[in-house]
Amino acid sequence: MSIVPPHDPTDPTAPRLTDLEPKAEAPAFLTPEAGDERPLQARHIEGRSPWLLAWQRLRRDRVAMVSLVVIGLIILLAIFAPVTTAITGHPPNEQYRETGLSPDGLPLPPSSEFWLGTDDLGRDIFVRIAYGARVSLLVGVAATLMTVLIGVVVGLAAGFLGGAVDTLLARLIDLVLSIPFLLVAIALVSITGPSLTVTVLVIGFFSWAAVARIVRGQVLSLREREFVEAARSLGASDRRIMFVDIMPNILAPVIVYASLLIPVVIVVEATLSYLGLGLAPPTADWGGMISDAQNYYTTAWWFMVFPGMALLMTTLAFNLFGDGVRDAFDPRSDRIFE
Amino acid sequence: MARFLFRRLALGLLIMWLISLAVFALFFIAPNDVARTLAGRQATPETVALISARLGLDQPIWKQYLDFLGKAIHGDLGYDYYHQVPVTEIMAQALPITLSLVAGGAIIWLVMGVFNGVVSAIRPRSFVDRSLTAFALFFYSMPTFFLGLLLLYFLYYQLTVAGYPIFPPGGYAPLSDGFWPWLQHMILPWFTLALVSAATYTRLTRASMLEVLGEDYVRTARAKGIRESRVITRHALRSAMTPIVTQFGIDVGALVGGVVVTETVFSLPGLGKTSIDAINQQDLPVIIGIVLFASLAVVVANIVVDIFYAVLDPRVRLH
Repeated sequence: MSIVPPHDPTDPTAPRLTDLEPKAEAPAFLTPEAGDERPLQARHIEGRSPWLLAWQRLRRDRVAMVSLVVIGLIILLAIFAPVTTAITGHPPNEQYRETGLSPDGLPLPPSSEFWLGTDDLGRDIFVRIAYGARVSLLVGVAATLMTVLIGVVVGLAAGFLGGAVDTLLARLIDLVLSIPFLLVAIALVSITGPSLTVTVLVIGFFSWAAVARIVRGQVLSLREREFVEAARSLGASDRRIMFVDIMPNILAPVIVYASLLIPVVIVVEATLSYLGLGLAPPTADWGGMISDAQNYYTTAWWFMVFPGMALLMTTLAFNLFGDGVRDAFDPRSDRIFE
Repeated sequence: MARFLFRRLALGLLIMWLISLAVFALFFIAPNDVARTLAGRQATPETVALISARLGLDQPIWKQYLDFLGKAIHGDLGYDYYHQVPVTEIMAQALPITLSLVAGGAIIWLVMGVFNGVVSAIRPRSFVDRSLTAFALFFYSMPTFFLGLLLLYFLYYQLTVAGYPIFPPGGYAPLSDGFWPWLQHMILPWFTLALVSAATYTRLTRASMLEVLGEDYVRTARAKGIRESRVITRHALRSAMTPIVTQFGIDVGALVGGVVVTETVFSLPGLGKTSIDAINQQDLPVIIGIVLFASLAVVVANIVVDIFYAVLDPRVRLH
């Protein structure tokens, strides 16, 4: 992962990145390498952007790094889901009615043949969890991106343009935040019929308002700052000031929010499919698997527990990582876990 | 204050009207074939048209909307498509169940969250603080339906198998059946709801308490020789509660529409379960009624929180 500077360093109108919040470690810019005995003028003093500082703090955070590794493993599992089929010899939707079900037609517990047991149709739960990871991660990332994109644009416009635009957009934000999200989302999906696109759109459509509200608040105070005035006196257009001057300053809170939004979105997607509005069967999907398992939780605990553990591990890893990201950008903030 | 109240109520009404418009448009513009479903497979086009006319579905949409709005203002939300029962009656039956769930769950998570938050804040970064935050984060990451199923597996199934049939596998027993059966049916749903939500409150209380404990007046209180337990409960917690009450109001308002999952896991026939059933059979009047009611809960909760804020902090009234 590399940290890309959010603006062109040669751009004289761009805000200095030191305007960003983390001021706590500002002296670190000037801290020489330990053990360097040369006089100060002779040393090479490395300039570190707040982005680099944040990354360095994040890298020292053991919990966040472990979570990152777990997230990486889940991503690998999703990408190489076909490999699990190759190893076990079980395609995700193949129903092993002879070997995968007990004589009474019940799911089989974990064995050397089916590592995490089978489901009610005699399918391999391990392989289906691997394929289900694709849906969760895809929806989690896509819906979060959409949410953040809409939220930032609306929040920027409302906060920067002010006046009637702001009043209108602020009311719109209030309106969307007052809609009972889950109810309407379920109703919508039931009308349009479930699909990956619909799930992403529905989640994005109802979640942007919270981002917009945060961004608007930040922009309201940023637009009064001197660097905006400077940019305007140099003749910069509104659009340029919004996207080139102000935007980099709101990226930090937006990144923090986005990293904590991913696990929420993953749970919402799983909830929709638990309620029967996920992807159409037989596509493997964690929420749908748990929903199927509900009828068998007294006879086949593995059917419910393993997809549930996969879901829980994913959301836990993302939450711990997101918390680390928050701490890296704002070391004074309250940590949830250390 | 009167002006602030008036403006806040007017805004709430405007939002409710917009939501009714949006919801109505959403569900009525979408292609639906309720009349055909109701008429049965062998119905002639005439029968379908007749049913359509009886339900008022042959009217132009704007006329249907005005009709609906006119009646809704007088508390009439129409009749359900299948049994011709008034929607308000269906909702009145489901509401006590949802309220039992929300009230019990909210009390548990508030007490648990605030208690854990205060304990965490008293000794920040101690072992207790870390354990409590780990506990909170674990349940915060837990999907509600998975937690519900785990509770059912361990506390209903395993306990019953072991010979202690304390908890039922789901369903609802009204208070008129007695307090104990009602409690037995509600405890697991309450904890499912509460454990997931308590995390936010633990964290909020901890942050708020840490801030307040650093204030001068807390130091003054200690300097006066007041017992530490009294400083924490009377002096610090009291002012630390403001953000918590705000969040609580918003969450409880949102819960009326958010208990869908818990009600589904435990087959509680409350508003959430009723709406899922209505959605599955395209029973539009019921869906619209419940969605509007749930939105009303959010809007009212927001107004109450704003008023609470305005009473506490006069500066808010100006904005």
